[in-house]
Amino acid sequence: MNPLNPDLPFTRYLAADGRLLADLPAWADDFDLLCRLYRQMVLARVFDQKAVALQRTGRIGTYAPTVGQEAISVAIGALMRADDVLVPYYRDTAAQVMRGVKMEEILLYWGGDERGSAFADPAAAQDFPLCVPIATQALHACGVATAMKIRGEHRVAVTTCGDGATSKGDFLEALNVAGAWQLPVVFVVNNNQWAISVPRRIQCGAPTLAQKATGAGFHGEQVDGNDIIAVYDRMQIALERARHGKGPVLLECLSYRLGDHTTADDATRYRSAEELKQAWQEEPIKRLQTFLAAQGVWDEGREQVLIGECQAQVQQAVEAFEAAGNQPLESVFDYVYAQWPAALAEQREQFLERAARRGEGSDHE
Amino acid sequence: MSNEKISLLEAVNLALHRAMTEDDNVVVLGEDVGVNGGVFRATAGLREAFGFKRVIDTPLAETMIAGLAVGMAAQGLKPVMEIQFMGFIYPALDQLVSHASRMRNRTRGRLSCPMVLRTPMGAGIRAPEHHSESTEALFAQIPGLRVVIPSSPARAYGLLLAAIDDPDPVIFLEPTRLYRMNPQVLQDDGKRLPLDSCFTLREGSDLTLISWGASVHETLQAAAQLQERGVSAEVIDVACVKPLDLDTLEASVRKTGRCVIVHEAPKSCAVGAEIAASLYERVLLDLQAPIQRVTAPDIPPPLYRLEQLYMPGVEDILAACETVLDYA
Repeated sequence: MNPLNPDLPFTRYLAADGRLLADLPAWADDFDLLCRLYRQMVLARVFDQKAVALQRTGRIGTYAPTVGQEAISVAIGALMRADDVLVPYYRDTAAQVMRGVKMEEILLYWGGDERGSAFADPAAAQDFPLCVPIATQALHACGVATAMKIRGEHRVAVTTCGDGATSKGDFLEALNVAGAWQLPVVFVVNNNQWAISVPRRIQCGAPTLAQKATGAGFHGEQVDGNDIIAVYDRMQIALERARHGKGPVLLECLSYRLGDHTTADDATRYRSAEELKQAWQEEPIKRLQTFLAAQGVWDEGREQVLIGECQAQVQQAVEAFEAAGNQPLESVFDYVYAQWPAALAEQREQFLERAARRGEGSDHE
Repeated sequence: MSNEKISLLEAVNLALHRAMTEDDNVVVLGEDVGVNGGVFRATAGLREAFGFKRVIDTPLAETMIAGLAVGMAAQGLKPVMEIQFMGFIYPALDQLVSHASRMRNRTRGRLSCPMVLRTPMGAGIRAPEHHSESTEALFAQIPGLRVVIPSSPARAYGLLLAAIDDPDPVIFLEPTRLYRMNPQVLQDDGKRLPLDSCFTLREGSDLTLISWGASVHETLQAAAQLQERGVSAEVIDVACVKPLDLDTLEASVRKTGRCVIVHEAPKSCAVGAEIAASLYERVLLDLQAPIQRVTAPDIPPPLYRLEQLYMPGVEDILAACETVLDYA
């Protein structure tokens, strides 16, 4: 039973120490699949560590770490179909990369270059870029789902956000319309306990965030966001439900933001070392690794090979990022309107004159 | 060919019918737009003609309407939203500023937001509080948006069709005071009008009157009275306040040397201020007199007993014209 709300399901298969707490769902007998999920989680962690290092050394700008969120994001990336649409917030690098966004594009974005949201791979062409203004993206997902419903397609929009986002009107308006119209949308709330410095307990008076779905007339539930078997299992069911016209689902994934809010934040100002230490005991990668090792399908040797592979892959992305060069100066005008209005031509000329005055050309810097 | 005269409101309705007939991707959404046909009836008959999947009554939430349109547009639909009154548009502002206006730019053209947001604007119909605002300048400040304000049935028809065609988000502001005023014969020929050009409604040589929206009505009346006194006034309807067709305004003021700007929005930081500043940058030495502005004062629109005083009247425009004509 869910201690926070007896009427609301809570799913967990793996304890923090990797022990199995319940019979595995049938799909999880596929240890190859579990190992693939594990690899993606490790890749996400290695990428994240590199991105933070790049910020610390001034090679990218402010960056939002994803450490501790890997199980949630990897489950999303693994389960969405190619023609579904991901409408993410800013801690879902893993899902984005699994759907075709290149790691160098993620680095370009945080490195101050709009091409990072252009998504060269057609597989990711319909996905939204990550969204900075909190919870606004939940409504975009509902618009995408409305289009799918109007056209009678069996596709799903998946949108993600943090616990803080659930306080915003945008989020509640999105839940409301999703329920009213029974839209094919899955809301994934990554409840990592912290909205910058504001803890979950003073964010909202309800014992769970998932129960906000109840007020909107659809199903919400909680899942252990550090247990990828649980997230994958419930996400799969939520997607199928939405895909087959059974309406939206809100999945509240309980996790912990192990990193700072962004590289510009210092979480030691507002939370204790003890709390953080405790949270590291719960983290998703070690948990799955322990479980897989106990099943005899993972060991230290494989771990070392995997880490090496991930580091090489990330290094390749860093090199591609650093080789990307700069966009032409004119590009700041090229996409504001489909065609730059003749009425504003003067401003464009003045901008290029400004660049010339400062001795900057297309290969600026 | 029909010779029946139709109103600006009917022209909006005609253009919506036309756009929905021409393109299956055009969908209309908003509060009360379906069964009720909109509180002003701008969407009357659309539900019957195009069905509930394309003419959508939404829950009562303006942020949601605009956010939904962003998602729909990114999937290739062309949403035409109605916000019931301009006074209720502000919850949608975040979605317009942060997303609709910049989706094309932030994704380097990968995703875009071909959408139209229609809303009635302006004072003069004895409406309740929050139903009389003219805040077009808020939207004209946002890069990536177009802001269009028709002032006749023909311009409402041709500009709305062009707005729906346009691959970028367009804010389409309909002056409520003109909804049923000055009907004119209009052919439903599907002809679009340009979205970034002023309309010269009357040619003249002595001074230039620049206006848009409902104030165009009084501005034309003032020009007619000036004509009786032997003064030749050029009247320009800006129509698209973003982007601004400064070339047409500049050419006219260069010719006449005198300029009065008339609008219903409060004076400070309004589109009139932008036009005046741009004209000073371009034609200072051709001016025979300082540019004058006839506007609402910087106050909230008063409740309806005093709203006539809030809006620029013909006498006020004539007084400003005298100032520029008499300037030594």
